[in-house]
Amino acid sequence: MDRVALTPEAADLVRRLRADHGPLMFHQSGGCCDGSAPMCYPAGEFRTGGSDVHLGDLVVDDEAVPVWMSGKQFEYWRHTHLTIDVVPGRGGGFSLEAPLGVRFLIRSRLLTDEESLALNS
Amino acid sequence: MAEYAAPGQPGSVVSYLGRYDHFIGGEYVAPAKGNYFENPSPVTGQAFTEIARGTSEDVERALDAAHGAARAWGRTSPTERANVLNRIADRIEQNLEAIAVAECWENGKAVRETLNADIPLAIDHFRYFAGVIRAQEGGISQIDQDLVAYHFQEPLGVVGQIIPWNFPILMATWKLAPALAAGNCVVLKPAEQTPASIHVLLSFIADLLPPGVLNIVNGFGVEAGKPLASSSRIAKIAFTGETTTGRLIMQYASENIIPVTLELGGKSPNIFFEDVASSRDAFYDKALEGFTMFALNQGEVCTCPSRALIQSSIYDGFLFDATERTKAIKQGNPLDTDTMIGAQASNDQLEKILSYIDIGKQEGAKVLTGGERADLGGDLSGGYYVQPTIFEGDNKMRIFQEEIFGPVVSVCRFDDYDDAVKTANDTLYGLGAGVWSRDGATAYRAGRDIQAGRVWVNNYHAYPAHAAFGGYKDSGIGRENHKMMLDHYQQTKNLLVSYSQNAQGFF
Repeated sequence: MDRVALTPEAADLVRRLRADHGPLMFHQSGGCCDGSAPMCYPAGEFRTGGSDVHLGDLVVDDEAVPVWMSGKQFEYWRHTHLTIDVVPGRGGGFSLEAPLGVRFLIRSRLLTDEESLALNS
Repeated sequence: MAEYAAPGQPGSVVSYLGRYDHFIGGEYVAPAKGNYFENPSPVTGQAFTEIARGTSEDVERALDAAHGAARAWGRTSPTERANVLNRIADRIEQNLEAIAVAECWENGKAVRETLNADIPLAIDHFRYFAGVIRAQEGGISQIDQDLVAYHFQEPLGVVGQIIPWNFPILMATWKLAPALAAGNCVVLKPAEQTPASIHVLLSFIADLLPPGVLNIVNGFGVEAGKPLASSSRIAKIAFTGETTTGRLIMQYASENIIPVTLELGGKSPNIFFEDVASSRDAFYDKALEGFTMFALNQGEVCTCPSRALIQSSIYDGFLFDATERTKAIKQGNPLDTDTMIGAQASNDQLEKILSYIDIGKQEGAKVLTGGERADLGGDLSGGYYVQPTIFEGDNKMRIFQEEIFGPVVSVCRFDDYDDAVKTANDTLYGLGAGVWSRDGATAYRAGRDIQAGRVWVNNYHAYPAHAAFGGYKDSGIGRENHKMMLDHYQQTKNLLVSYSQNAQGFF
């Protein structure tokens, strides 16, 4: 049972970015402009710390891509399941996919009662 | 009503060039790797120019130019720099209409806003910093009879600035004016969503600045923004954007031990106390407009009043009237001066807003109006339009806690003063807030109790120069739009001078 998932299109983009940049990570952003969007970096580029929560690992071709979010933000998001998708777009901070003319995007749904019991209790 | 012709069309007041390179050392320079990217207008979704795709090589070249100019520019007198800023303001004013239409076409915002807010505010901002730099004084402190501490302000040198896409020219101005006034040279990266309008502005002012004082490198965040923000050759980085990139920029800055200023957004509460509705007068009308301010600039404002808190005793009636006011917003071609709300700035922004409307509905929030993408027909069908949307729900919902950056307001009720302040402060952010009350004491107390850097009392979305703007909590570091921003672009030099002829007595 997972908090995070990714669409087949997003998995393809992860494969493409991994070929150029090596192992990857996601950190979910908040706030202005390009915020409320998952940022994709080379693994270790963004230093996570005690203020972050590890939401889970997305496994693409047997290789894990960790997904992180600030702990404070997580408190407001913990009742939702997140799926990383990709749409045509532009920009997005220093996220790796932007020059390809696409943006990772979060699609959310409420956790089921069963998921909530397993993940949040 | 007037409808401006699109840039480049017959009768238009402005034309974009087919391509924009980097502006480095006073001239346009092709990107080192020779690549360009297309720039679409959100009005139609069609590309209208192409932009240099900058890389670290271009950033280094811009830093070379800036460092080459820094010593001479830093030694100009405040009067000389103030005169340059005033001339910039004059040129922008003389070409206001052209710049305003260019900004509208690139960003998608309604032209009435660029004509009456964005560009006039930018003009005033240059004049403001021209004034304050001339009025700035250092300090003299007499430590004792023979020992005097002189405090001088000195420029930092070369600074980096990364600009957001929601007010491309005004936000660039908020950063440029204080940096230039203080005597710094700048390497500026516009947002990749809105990289072109600043070059239209530059076409009117480039000759006023010595080569190398202002350098513009276009490109994507990861390819051009990152080499700038992580460079050991900048003395400061200023960024407006979101929290993860803000943290990443702080991490880079920590490697170089340089200061940062960050403006990272908000989820601003707009609080309506019951006495607002004690009379159906001009003030009540003003408060309804204050509610509707969530749709200004399509909601793409860091201080968008995206949470409306209405006191229970007036909740139903006020919300009904506010919903009617929202339904009266005229959405249309941004180039039409009657249009009140235009297009979202990019396709991914549109998609993100729609994804938030989706989770809002899933969480059980009720849509009172809007809630869909808008199709305006004709050429505008390819543009990125969202209906002004009012949700009714609970402050714990995601739509109450995350910045949607679209024309979406989430409404909830409160019972009393303490309840209002508690809900208002139940957020990660603290950039803006609104308080509406006919009672001065209530408005004052609420304004002081809300943890936000800017609290509008009985008004909203006013951004005059000389009113400090910046965030509490996760909304960032620093205060723009005020002379105190000079402190963020200057070093303090202390000369500690002894006028005594006698040894200090240690050896």
